[in-house]
Amino acid sequence: MILSNIETIPGKNITRFYGVVSGSTVRAKNVGRDIAASLKNLVGGELKGYTELLNEAREEALHRMTQQAESLGANAIVNVRFSTSSVAQGAAELFAYGTAVQVE
Amino acid sequence: MEDAMGIAVLQVGIPLALLLLGYFVGGAVERRHYASIQERELRWRSLPAVNFRTVPGGWIVDDATLVLGNVVISVDYFKRFLAGLRMLFGGRVKVYESLMDRARREALVRLKVETVERGYHALVNVRMETSQLASGRGGSGVAGIEVLAYGTALKLRTPPT
Repeated sequence: MILSNIETIPGKNITRFYGVVSGSTVRAKNVGRDIAASLKNLVGGELKGYTELLNEAREEALHRMTQQAESLGANAIVNVRFSTSSVAQGAAELFAYGTAVQVE
Repeated sequence: MEDAMGIAVLQVGIPLALLLLGYFVGGAVERRHYASIQERELRWRSLPAVNFRTVPGGWIVDDATLVLGNVVISVDYFKRFLAGLRMLFGGRVKVYESLMDRARREALVRLKVETVERGYHALVNVRMETSQLASGRGGSGVAGIEVLAYGTALKLRTPPT
């Protein structure tokens, strides 16, 4: 599966469009990471636990999107976009969407 | 009487200690982060990263893939306190400006590192997205901001030197 965030896959031709595919996941922070982060909040700097958490969650959303595209018979997704929204206090939704296509 | 004194000392002392900790340690953390960002920006300077939506003419592309770089970063206790004061009077909140700047540049550098590590040569359509992590307990101010940088990495037939 080839992904890109432009309207084409450079070096290849799009032969068929399958429509929009999407994948999302909602994640909550865990207490351990929350305590570590609130201590880190005193001195500032990177909150590594959260960086990893969001990274994993986004991979999951991409994976779900890819699975949906595969089930349609696509071999690439173009114009992939991301969106993050906070659903509730301490929980965030990570959403990825794009257009599933067949490329040659 | 002594108890009341003790409590008053604690009530003033703890925030004061946190302010000092934030000022000295937080300041050092920020300076070190900026030094590290500048060093890595220089190292990856030759990697073309553009936000055009199309591949610049003359580039022959062999392979393309989506790459991501993200970072979650927060301000220290002292800066949050200063920003709180600033909210009373309005105007430019310098401490958050540097926070956003550091986060964006860090995310972009990570995007470039990811591109190079996976064996790609250039980036097109670089986009950035910022989101705020809700602070627990409905607490004061920002718990942290996340910046995500993403783009399409290209493998070129004749890599730029």
